Amino acid sequence: MYNARPVLAGIAIVAVLFSAPFWVGRLGRDYKDAGIVPPKDEKNCIEDTELMRSRHMQLLNEWRDEALRGENRSYTAADGRIWTVSLQNTCLSCHANYREFCERCHEASSVYPYCWTCHVIPVEIKK
Amino acid sequence: MLSSLLLVLLIGAAAWAGAQAGFYLLLGAVLPYSAVLVFIAGLVRRMIYWAGSPVPFTIPVTGGQEESLGFIRQAKTDCPSGASGVWARMFFEVAFFRSLFRNTSAEIQEDCLLTKGPRSIYSSSKWLWAFALLFHYSILLVFLRHFRFFMEPTPSCIRFLESLDGIMELGSPRFFLSAGLMLAALFFLLGRRFFNERLRYISLPGDYFPLLLLIGIAGTGICLRYFDKADTTAIKVFIMSLTHFAPVSPQGLSPLFFTHLALVCALLLYFPFSKLTHMVGIFFSPTRNAPNNSRRVRRVNPWNPPDQYFTYAEYEDLYREAMAEAGLPLEKQPDGT
Repeated sequence: MYNARPVLAGIAIVAVLFSAPFWVGRLGRDYKDAGIVPPKDEKNCIEDTELMRSRHMQLLNEWRDEALRGENRSYTAADGRIWTVSLQNTCLSCHANYREFCERCHEASSVYPYCWTCHVIPVEIKK
Repeated sequence: MLSSLLLVLLIGAAAWAGAQAGFYLLLGAVLPYSAVLVFIAGLVRRMIYWAGSPVPFTIPVTGGQEESLGFIRQAKTDCPSGASGVWARMFFEVAFFRSLFRNTSAEIQEDCLLTKGPRSIYSSSKWLWAFALLFHYSILLVFLRHFRFFMEPTPSCIRFLESLDGIMELGSPRFFLSAGLMLAALFFLLGRRFFNERLRYISLPGDYFPLLLLIGIAGTGICLRYFDKADTTAIKVFIMSLTHFAPVSPQGLSPLFFTHLALVCALLLYFPFSKLTHMVGIFFSPTRNAPNNSRRVRRVNPWNPPDQYFTYAEYEDLYREAMAEAGLPLEKQPDGT
């Protein structure tokens, strides 16, 4: 082997860098469960749970546009129930605990939505 | 081209079908582990192989004035004569593709007024450089962003990169610019192999396959985020269990996720045996890593046979008798005279 020293350094860099997914995780915590606590007194969200889980961000985006730009504050769900389009009054009336609901998944998935640039994080109301 | 496309589609379809049929152990554990192993071991093997090739001389391919007399200014990064210049040249090569920046295109002008006939024209061509740079930085950003699945809590530097990447705040979930730019750059790199006849002529499956594979990876990744909506929390639980070597059953994850994963694994498996090894190969390029000091430093070809010397004393020993007969002067007279 020629230029053994730089080549070995290069091999070490490649090995350390590309095995990173396997060792960086050990620097922090293990992650086994999202651990969200759904609201106790309500069983169903406005739409089906699967749909809410995957598309709530799109729904909220539509709601914002509907309410603020379309001035339409009523939303008919798939099962025919009619809801008031409002994050503060509709969503947060059940999902009142930010720390145990929103944050659990968002923190882990590194999602920082800009709901809270206008709205108040519910935990901070209680304090 | 068609065979590469079919191969990529086949890998994707096989992974999709496999996920539907429940081959979770194969798709979720055996394939990723073996792919990472083959990738790292393959790259190391390549590096050792390349390091075994002697470079018995420096290759002074230069982009500027070499070191000369004191009053002639040297192009220190384009024609370095020492280690610091080589580091600078390598840095500009790796970070900004400096030699690709000098890419030129040659065309033939059919009716030139000056020559009254065809004439070849050389002009600067920056497109390849621009899109290559765009692709490489996008995929770097995409790779780094994926560390949110490998780490808990997600470090703030990754969060910063994400906020930068989604700075346009388009839609929800926020659109990451790197995803779109990467796909656009890949389509450019593919398109130039289609629409440039000369390039199409020299393009091989080894050129099309990685491009189509990367398009497949980027496409499925975009779908997972914006259209088919993968459950990122469940994926993170699964990925963390994988990297902690205690894989949990990935049951319930969408088949598209396994398609994405299998395409990434295919890329990792293919990487060390393809032209993509330029990732480590660039550091082994003698035209980039050797200083232009061919006149100052003596290089000895390592496979030269050992030097054989025939000294005058040995010469005289061999021909003493004949030389004495011919009356030539000798340092030592023949014995017995």
